[in-house]
Amino acid sequence: MERIPILRMGEFLLVTIQVDLHDQLALTLQDDLTSRIEKTGARGVLIDISALEIIDSFVGRMIADISAMSRILDARTVLVGMQPAVAITLVELGLSLEGVRTALDVERGMRILRTTLDDGAVDERR
Amino acid sequence: MSVVDSGTLPLRGEQDIVLARQAVRRMSQEIKFGIVDQTKFVTAASELARNTVVYGRGGEMRWERLREGAREGLRLCFADQGPGIPDMTLAMTDGWTSGKGLGLGLAGAKRLVNEFSIDTAVDQGTRVTVTRWR
Repeated sequence: MERIPILRMGEFLLVTIQVDLHDQLALTLQDDLTSRIEKTGARGVLIDISALEIIDSFVGRMIADISAMSRILDARTVLVGMQPAVAITLVELGLSLEGVRTALDVERGMRILRTTLDDGAVDERR
Repeated sequence: MSVVDSGTLPLRGEQDIVLARQAVRRMSQEIKFGIVDQTKFVTAASELARNTVVYGRGGEMRWERLREGAREGLRLCFADQGPGIPDMTLAMTDGWTSGKGLGLGLAGAKRLVNEFSIDTAVDQGTRVTVTRWR
C-alpha cells in the first residue's frame, strides 16, 4: 500500500507530503503518525506541505485532526511551507485551520517546536 | 460563446477524484489561469467531485473549454443519479453537512468560481455546473 514516509529527527517527526493526497492516503497518514508518536514518544511533528498544490476540505480536516490528535498525545504539530495560493483558497473555502500552528518554512517550524518544548518542559530530561 | 473542446471523466471512486483534479489543473494551465485562479478552480473541482462520489454514489464530470470573444474559460459539470438534495437552502449553508464532511463543499466551491448553478431532484440526481473565466 502507498504510504507517506515519516522521518524521525531526535524528538521530532518530519513528514514531507510530496504526492497528490487522495483520501485513503490522508487517512493512512493520520493512523501512521499517531502510532509513531506513541511508539517514539515524539514531542513535535513537522508537516511540510510546500509541494502540496491544493488543500480541499477533506485534507484540511485531516490536517486539523492530526494536530488535535498529536496534542492529546503530548506532541505539537507545526504545518510548514503552505503555498500562498493554497492559503488564499483555504480561507475563501471557509477553512481557517484553527488550532493548527503554521510556519513559513521548515527552519522556522523547527524553531517553534524547540521553543515550545523549552517552555513546556521544565526539567523533563530524557 | 462557443465550446472549443469537451470531454467526460468518470467519477466512480476516490482515485477518480485525484484524476479529475489533475485534468482540471492541466486544462487550467493550458488556458493560462493565474496560479491563484488555478488553485481555486482545482479545489472547487475536488470538493464537487467528492460530493459526486460520496453523496451522489458516483457519476461523471463533463468539461468544456469555452471561448467568448477574447476570453477563455473552463466549465465543469458534475452529474450523478444519486438521491438528490431535498433542501437546497440547507445544503448551501456553511457548516451544514449530511455526511462526515465539514459542510464546506457546496457553499465553499461556490465562492471559488465565477459561475455556479445547481440542478437537483430527489431520487433523480444532482448536477452542479461551475465556470471560471480567465
